Amino acid sequence: MGWIGEQVDSLKSMQIRQVLTQAVSLGMIVTSALIIWKGLMCLTGSESPVVVVLSGSMEPGFKRGDILFLHMSKDPIRAGEIVVFNVDGREIPIVHRVIKVHERKDTGEVDVLTKGDNNFGDDRLLYAHGQLWLHRHHIMGRAVGFLPYVGWVTIIMTEKPIIKVCFI
Amino acid sequence: MHSFGYRANALLTFAVTILALMCAMASLSDNLNSPSPTSQVQVLNINWFQKKLDGDDEVSMTLNVSANLESLFTWNTKQVFVFLAAEYETPKNSLNQVSLWDGIIPAKEHAKFWIHTTNKYRFIDQGSNLRGREFNLTLHWHIMPKTGKMFADKIVMSGYRLPDAYR
Repeated sequence: MGWIGEQVDSLKSMQIRQVLTQAVSLGMIVTSALIIWKGLMCLTGSESPVVVVLSGSMEPGFKRGDILFLHMSKDPIRAGEIVVFNVDGREIPIVHRVIKVHERKDTGEVDVLTKGDNNFGDDRLLYAHGQLWLHRHHIMGRAVGFLPYVGWVTIIMTEKPIIKVCFI
Repeated sequence: MHSFGYRANALLTFAVTILALMCAMASLSDNLNSPSPTSQVQVLNINWFQKKLDGDDEVSMTLNVSANLESLFTWNTKQVFVFLAAEYETPKNSLNQVSLWDGIIPAKEHAKFWIHTTNKYRFIDQGSNLRGREFNLTLHWHIMPKTGKMFADKIVMSGYRLPDAYR
């Protein structure tokens, strides 16, 4: 009787040990992802250092599912840069190119107009009603790096939640 | 320990690591390229020059742009976005950049070009400061890589001047 009890105890302790190892390794994955994300935030100075391209408005340069790395520095915004901006009343940020810049002499404020490379006209139609220019506070960052296809993972995850369930 | 899942996981991790390393090396190799592009722009004609109803000046001009950007292309270049901007200073603004024309160069074979065009985007000032205004025409380019870091640079061409009167 004692011998069987010992066996059962050792089996139980083994399982607990395995479960604990798995929990720790899962925790390691989650925390390291968080560390990388927050570290990138500090390095780039942008509140979302990586964005996924969701529309084809910058084709053929950026396709849907590509990833852009952003950088937000104090440098002034200039024509030709690809910026990510938020428009009042829209939740999803937009990635487009700057085509016009007017910088004030006294205050240093900028008026910026953007356009998608693949769009016919400029972005005034996308801006809030009556808004003619973007200002500094609309802009979340400028694109500095590019990685193709990787963003499809997040697009599939958000659009087909069933697959996420399958993974787990 | 040596189950199918374990081995598949190890293989996938290894493959992704190698891929990331190759992408990084491809991007770093762009730094070895030291391009020497050339460009020339002529303003052939001022088609019209007027004050719009809301008080801003607007110009329409015919341009002749020729450039050789072949040296910008490397094996990691997907395309080069090139645009011509008018840059000038006004009493109110320390810098005005107005894009006049742009184009996408998909391959090295098309990087030596010559184009005769009117301005694709409207050349409108913020206010009425364009009469007799001196301006630079700057050819900017933005290199979009297959993967990695993006590069941008420009050639400034100065000595252009708008007419003293509306026409």
